[in-house]
Amino acid sequence: MYKHILLASDGSENAVRAAKEAVKIASCTQDSVIDVIYVVDFDKSKSDVLHSGSSEAIDIERRKKNSKVIQFLNDANVNYKTTILHGKPGPEIVKYANDKKVDLVIIGSRGLNALQEMVLGSVSHKVMKRVNCPALIVK
Amino acid sequence: MQNLKQQWFGNIRGDILSGIVVALALIPEAIAFSIIAGVDPMVGLYASFIIAVVIAFAGGRPGMISAATGAMALLMVPLIRDYGLDYLLAATILTGVIQILFGVFKVAKVMKFVPNAVMIGFVNALAILIFMAQIEHFIGISTMTYVFVAITLILLYTLPRFIKIIPAPLIAIVVLTGVAIYSGFDLRTVGDLGSITQSLPSFFIPDVPFSFETLQIIFPYSLSLAIVGLLESLLTAQIVDDMTGTESKKNQEARGQGIANFITGFFGGMAGCAMIGQSVINVKSGGRGRLSTLIAGIFLMFLILVLGDLVVQIPMPVLVGIMIMVSIGTFDWSSFKYLVKAPRTDAIVMLATVIIVVFTHDLSKGVLAGVLLSAIFFVVKISTVKITKDGNRFIVNGQLFFASTDGFVDYFKKAEIQEKNIQIDFSNSRIWDDSGVGALLKVMDSLKEKGINVEIVDIDASSKKIMDKLDGILTSH
Repeated sequence: MYKHILLASDGSENAVRAAKEAVKIASCTQDSVIDVIYVVDFDKSKSDVLHSGSSEAIDIERRKKNSKVIQFLNDANVNYKTTILHGKPGPEIVKYANDKKVDLVIIGSRGLNALQEMVLGSVSHKVMKRVNCPALIVK
Repeated sequence: MQNLKQQWFGNIRGDILSGIVVALALIPEAIAFSIIAGVDPMVGLYASFIIAVVIAFAGGRPGMISAATGAMALLMVPLIRDYGLDYLLAATILTGVIQILFGVFKVAKVMKFVPNAVMIGFVNALAILIFMAQIEHFIGISTMTYVFVAITLILLYTLPRFIKIIPAPLIAIVVLTGVAIYSGFDLRTVGDLGSITQSLPSFFIPDVPFSFETLQIIFPYSLSLAIVGLLESLLTAQIVDDMTGTESKKNQEARGQGIANFITGFFGGMAGCAMIGQSVINVKSGGRGRLSTLIAGIFLMFLILVLGDLVVQIPMPVLVGIMIMVSIGTFDWSSFKYLVKAPRTDAIVMLATVIIVVFTHDLSKGVLAGVLLSAIFFVVKISTVKITKDGNRFIVNGQLFFASTDGFVDYFKKAEIQEKNIQIDFSNSRIWDDSGVGALLKVMDSLKEKGINVEIVDIDASSKKIMDKLDGILTSH
């Protein structure tokens, strides 16, 4: 079944909803792992470095931003690991998923309207189109 | 840490492409920074070529771009105005020597002591100065100048939405230079402010007298340049480290910057350092290795050799527009939130750094003042001891050492204590030196005179150790 499950997280409520589904699926298979991916945008690096004392402090700040999802996974008592990637969220998630040959990608949808989607672009949509494995988009 | 082969050839395709993108983005900046410094565009272009090429080999942070920069250009203005180009080149060579020494003596570590507030002030001040340097080139010249600056800015901010591969500044330059040439609008061009030589840089020794007097003139500039260059380079290295999730060798980078500036000075280039903006562009465009920096330098020189004639025709307003974008990109826009949220003292340090730089036009003075100010704030903060009373228990909060003992002693001098038996609680405190022990001793003595029994509780092991060392004196009472 699905052993290596990629859960894309931006730390938001949407990501927590996606995490709930990830836990349901992970609990179906023994020794399956949820790989929580948090992507830091390149444009964030400069201000993050300026505003924190060390690379360790930056790491803590980012973990905090992703804490809702981590907290949920802790409480759910499942196998998980966290990975921080750098770059544009969509392409980085796709690259990681395809490189690591994950079995399933789970991602929350922000629920943008048509106009927002045109301007901002839907990360979940891009990811779904380009990964080589099944993808679950959680509304 | 990747091995050298990996650092050079681990990402050939990405590095070549990103190097080309960076070269295209570097040209307008190198020219604009030369104009800020008050020298011919060639001085900045040669510097960018040589520094990029040298740092590709000597640097400690693969994928980082170093060239002629605004921070350095701003520092050299008075030197060039008062003494001329040859003194700048001599100062550049000396800057290199100082930075090499910094690298050898591992000064990179000391940069850790520059607080965030000062670094935020540094980038903001830099952004403001770059913007201010543009004012004379577009305010009150002609209506068409304003129009061109505005069109440039519109192009710079809208084009990247549609065209991702070619940098927007390049498109703006090509299109608007074309428009300016064919329309015949009366605009100032790069050619009005200097000339472009279509030849490779050559080795020469700056024409300055080898005397103590020369050293006296250039040394203060070289020291400022060395410090500011290193500060920006190490900040940029941290940013590139973070973006790529890899580590870099900071002391090797300091030495590399020194070697690059040392060589640049002999080839008619001005001192430079790492560039935050260009390094970010490089990483975003896929550059990771040393090859990207080398390609950026070589391709820049190639373009100047081939297209030098066209470069002088670039209208100044377009360059001004690009520099306004650079200054907007340099400014740390989260600073406003920082001013509200950060501790008062940090906010003051940040503002002081900016204000001092803007008034002195010297980034090194602002950094120095900022570091001193935050050191003073730190000492004040750490030397404050607060005591809270809970029944007959007096809880000490803060560090007890030579600078903080007054507050501790004063509290017990003034306190009206009714209880016969009291405890002094050290669980939130620590005694650091003999002065701390002395103060405690003094307090215990005076309380004893008043007939109060004192018990010291919850003292940690290292404080106890200092007290025990002075045990003989303690028990003699």
